[in-house]
Amino acid sequence: MSADPVRTEPVSAEPTSTEPTSTDPAPLLQVSGLRKTYPAGGRPVVAVDGLSFALRPGGALGIVGESGSGKTTTARMLVGLERPDQGEILVQGAPLAARARGRAARLARAKAVQIVFQDPYLSLDARLGIGVTVDAVLRLHGSLDRAARAARVRELLAQVGLGDREAAALPRQLSGGQRQRAAIARALAAEPAVLVLDEAVSALDVSVQAQVLNLLCDIRRDTGIGLVFVSHDLAVVRYVCDDALVMYRGRTVEHQPVADLLAAPRHPYTRLLLASVPHPGWDPAAIGARRRDLAAAG
Amino acid sequence: MSASTSLLGRPLGALRRLGGGPLTRLSTLVLVGFVLVALFAPWLAPQDPAFGELGDTFAGPGAAHWLGTDGGGHDTFSALLEGTRTSLAGPLAVVLFATLAGIAVGLFTAWRGGWVDSLVGRVLDILFAFPALLLAILAVALFGKGLTAPVLAMAVAYLPYTARLVRGLTAQEKVRPYIAAYQVQGHAPVFVALRRLLPGIMPTVLAQATVNFGYALLDLAALSFLGLGVQPPTPDWGAMINQGQAAVLEGQPLSAIVPAVAVVLVVVAFNVVGESLGDRLAGRES
Amino acid sequence: MPLLEYEDLDVALPAMARPILDGVRLAVAAGEAVALVGESGSGKSVTARAALGLFPAGARIGGRVRVDGVELVGAGAASLRAVRAGKASMIFQDPRAGINPVRRIGDFLTEQLRLVGGRSKAEAGARALELLGAVGLPDPPRHLRQYPHQLSGGMLQRVMIAGALTADPRLLLCDEPTTALDVTTQAEIMAVLRGLQRERGLGLLLITHDLDLAAATCDRIYVMYAGRIVETGTAADLLAAPRHPYTAGLLGSSPPLRGEPSRLLPIPGTPMGLAQSAPGCAFFDRCHLAQAGRCDQRPPALAPAGPGLVACHRAEELAVPPGTVARAPEEDR
Repeated sequence: MSADPVRTEPVSAEPTSTEPTSTDPAPLLQVSGLRKTYPAGGRPVVAVDGLSFALRPGGALGIVGESGSGKTTTARMLVGLERPDQGEILVQGAPLAARARGRAARLARAKAVQIVFQDPYLSLDARLGIGVTVDAVLRLHGSLDRAARAARVRELLAQVGLGDREAAALPRQLSGGQRQRAAIARALAAEPAVLVLDEAVSALDVSVQAQVLNLLCDIRRDTGIGLVFVSHDLAVVRYVCDDALVMYRGRTVEHQPVADLLAAPRHPYTRLLLASVPHPGWDPAAIGARRRDLAAAG
Repeated sequence: MSASTSLLGRPLGALRRLGGGPLTRLSTLVLVGFVLVALFAPWLAPQDPAFGELGDTFAGPGAAHWLGTDGGGHDTFSALLEGTRTSLAGPLAVVLFATLAGIAVGLFTAWRGGWVDSLVGRVLDILFAFPALLLAILAVALFGKGLTAPVLAMAVAYLPYTARLVRGLTAQEKVRPYIAAYQVQGHAPVFVALRRLLPGIMPTVLAQATVNFGYALLDLAALSFLGLGVQPPTPDWGAMINQGQAAVLEGQPLSAIVPAVAVVLVVVAFNVVGESLGDRLAGRES
Repeated sequence: MPLLEYEDLDVALPAMARPILDGVRLAVAAGEAVALVGESGSGKSVTARAALGLFPAGARIGGRVRVDGVELVGAGAASLRAVRAGKASMIFQDPRAGINPVRRIGDFLTEQLRLVGGRSKAEAGARALELLGAVGLPDPPRHLRQYPHQLSGGMLQRVMIAGALTADPRLLLCDEPTTALDVTTQAEIMAVLRGLQRERGLGLLLITHDLDLAAATCDRIYVMYAGRIVETGTAADLLAAPRHPYTAGLLGSSPPLRGEPSRLLPIPGTPMGLAQSAPGCAFFDRCHLAQAGRCDQRPPALAPAGPGLVACHRAEELAVPPGTVARAPEEDR
């Protein structure tokens, strides 16, 4: 099988117990003991294990990890695209139905959590115009009449920096950055309590990525929506989030305010991650050895 | 501008917009022509093709019979025109049923996933093992000659082709984030599958249906040729070829060649149009 | 004489509004690591491919590209073979796309060694083992027997690097070699590339969208925008005092990992596509320093400004003091 040193044994590191937001009496989002396994031949593969965190209203949590760390599985569980084997997700105190049956349950779940995916080229329906796509969400959720919906579509698109020309366009007529803005507007149309962003800026050009990052910060400031920002990029997480949770092979290895995490990383994996980011005077040769040590220690 | 140019100009413009090479356009024209003939056959046919003029058998082409007559004295040209109806209606029924049922089966199983999907997948594999013609002959043996039994049997035999295509396309499309986004927005699964996913894959399914039409026509004509399909005196191309065997021996092969050419023309035209549709869709996706 | 040299390379497709490459001048010396940085559609990959004599089909080509003295523009099959089989090798972003999934790693490596290098089976096997060791794979004999799907992306990229070394090249062209990989794996791959480049005295051209990665691993950097080189200089100079507003904008767009948090100042708009063209500076529409009547009249030429070269009409008058980054007034479109 795989000879990759990182994949052989689970790391036995203790998750740090500090949960910066657990003091808040009524968290917006409360995740406890989340576990997900996938059947793989004989032995099930653990994708996420023992994941717990809380998000206060208006808060932003970054979930950081490399591919296979379980961060995307976490994002999909948060929006109900995957069913956790164990654990509970509470949004504003109400449990998120693992499998929503019936219209009311589906709409309630949609109002609790929405998601923006990584790939702006595949996440919009290619056959529908941007305005129609956003309008469909309003029609499904709201009691607004046609004129009020049209006004709201305009408002939502304006909020993400898109105008009438883009509203009338099909996704293929727009740039990657514009499509990602449209996907954000579509997610906001349901007026969710929490917005999950699954690597939502990593497919964008640097100059466009910065525009979308600022947009997300503005949305957070203006709407008080809670953000769960899943990313491999520590610098981007630092820019958007208050807290960061580092996942490694399905487990939480560290969960701290971002500033503390960057200033004084406690777990060797977090330290490795930080050292891996290119910077002047970078010595990439040392990283491989550290990575092998870490895998061997686990 | 005269009235006639505007009358022709519009459909020709539509044909040009359809795109494709000259061969595709020609094939589309051929198909449109045959459909028109099928619709207006009773008014177009100069004689009653079921009427056998026993004194005028194996006649060559002439003023009385443009394409001659067969051994029973039936007018070949009239039989060709009227035969268009049964020859096209049979495959149409086959393709309609196979496509609708194939969409239902393929969409449901791929969307549902899990053991249902695996089970139906296996059943489809088994159905693939039976050639359509064999199944049709079996149906004739059980339920008697005519158009109904073979059409039903062939519809069942063609179903796996559409079902497999729809199943594959659905499985591929289902994991795309835009479908996940619809689910997260709170849309009902039935709505997402039927109104959002299906229209996206429909053009590819239609392209396949077009190609299937040609094959179904060929199979049904073969069945009629074997004497198991449409029975005389109802005119049908396959049956005409069968009865034309005697005419070939008599040195007047026209009554066999004419329907054979019609079969080939229609089958090739359907293939060209279907393939071109498929190619252009593939190009659009990439 | 530089190992790799572009002299005013133009590549244009008749159907496109602007050329893919417009007067590209770039040089890589033996033993030097050079980065070519740009966003999507800037023409950086086309530039790299040109060094193997690979040009877009139907393109009009002008200018010169030389590898180790061999001219590649309008070159015949013999010159192309000489360059590809012994002077330059390329490493791509997706290692899985470049290897036959049903053949063993050993077959992949020895085939090139035997067909191109003319080695015997035993020699090729020994050389393959040596190369897998050189790219830092832990167990070369076992990897030779493995199939691509048994290796992680990072390990497979090492195999591709070993594959690139089978030709004993003097020049390594790396087209986003770590973009598909995790950051820790990226560090390992970059360590391998830099190590090989230093040990063997290779020339290395790194194509990347990541200015930080370029600055951390390369000696010199070229920044490309809409098919033109807009700025070049040493990595340290470029990062400390970018002279071109686009370079400054790129730096202002990437969130820093350290230092005082401040709001990003993105470049407004989107990179220029091939369907658009501009009579003057291609960055005109997005540039906060652009002067109408000057910057939109004729394209600026690459000229000395400070320690490097900059293609900007206003480079001299706007000489940005070191340590500060020129920033665009924010606009979110």
